[in-house]
Amino acid sequence: MHGFANPARFLRMARWLMPLMLVPGLILAFGALAWGLFMVPPDRLMGQTVRILFIHVPSAWLGMAGWSTIAIASLVELVWRHPLAGIAARAAAVPGAAFTAICLATGSIWARPTWGTWWVWDGRLTSFLILLFLYFGYIALAGAAQRDAAAGEGASRVTAIFGLVGAVNIPIINRSVVWWNSLHQPPSITAGKSSIDAAFLYPLLFAAVGFTLIFGGLVLARMRMLLADIQTEARLRRKAMA
Amino acid sequence: MNTTTKSSMIKPKHQRLVLIVLALVALIGAGMLAAFALSKQAAYFYLPSELAAKPPEAGRAVRLGGMVEKGSIKTQADGVTINFIVRDDKARVPVRFSGITPDLFVEGSGVVAEGRMEGTTFVADNLLAKHDEKYVPREMKNMSTAEAKAVIAETK
Repeated sequence: MHGFANPARFLRMARWLMPLMLVPGLILAFGALAWGLFMVPPDRLMGQTVRILFIHVPSAWLGMAGWSTIAIASLVELVWRHPLAGIAARAAAVPGAAFTAICLATGSIWARPTWGTWWVWDGRLTSFLILLFLYFGYIALAGAAQRDAAAGEGASRVTAIFGLVGAVNIPIINRSVVWWNSLHQPPSITAGKSSIDAAFLYPLLFAAVGFTLIFGGLVLARMRMLLADIQTEARLRRKAMA
Repeated sequence: MNTTTKSSMIKPKHQRLVLIVLALVALIGAGMLAAFALSKQAAYFYLPSELAAKPPEAGRAVRLGGMVEKGSIKTQADGVTINFIVRDDKARVPVRFSGITPDLFVEGSGVVAEGRMEGTTFVADNLLAKHDEKYVPREMKNMSTAEAKAVIAETK
């Protein structure tokens, strides 16, 4: 794993891996969305609004996968002091927050015609809104830590610790519909079983794979950007010293 | 660091790993326990059996969630007031509501009613439909009678 610790080596790999994830991801995601929009039959109860499923559910998965990435990368940063782990964690924050926001927005739009309300404070919705606020906190904290580091105050571990502590919310989101009576329905897809008909399930899985590839490509792109930032910063400092 | 001290001491990175994993397990355990203990307080609604076992004081705003009993929706003479029965597998609660119902409000499906108890009747100010975890196309050949009824109710 430390083979990728060399940023130059990582950058060489990221340069071709990023388009390799983004291009098929965009094709798969938009193909699946078109499939869901035009070719899928309406649901027995929800009718046409079921088509929101194909963007709402992958966004929800990626909102949670984003924080899982932050948590794992933070652990690697704290334990092994891997130089790229902190950058990977910071790079996952903005795409993760974006998918969380998409999930909340599409969910709200979907809730109005099906449940009869834009928003309720039930366990699932509230814990997911907390996830969005955790992302905002993380992004602000990472920015502050980076400015401190640039000012020569040394790298701080507080961002990584926040990333790990915030992971507490992930199992709570997952269990919220099981523990508490909530307006949100229980999970449709559980270990090996699905109560989603094949007509909806296949475009959903395609959309999930496509959005995941887009997420991976975005994380790589942001890692390259953050590394370029650090390089520029170091170069400017050397120039200033000279 | 020479080889003898290396073998006699725990490497700092392993020490960090053990400490962080222990802290994380404790933290997630505590978080899950706290969330789990919220169970009743964090519930969005009462089930009919919970409402029957421990009725809230009259006039206090509560939410009641359950299944709309089949064949129980009765529209009153004024055309906007409906009476129906919300049930789970143990209890049944009669509900009265005046207003526009959500699209998914059909017999045999889930509902959450916001309102209060007046005597034995639950008077609802607002109805929210609760969707189940199943997604089934309308044209399914092997529809059960309940699903067929739902289709008829929706396309009516």
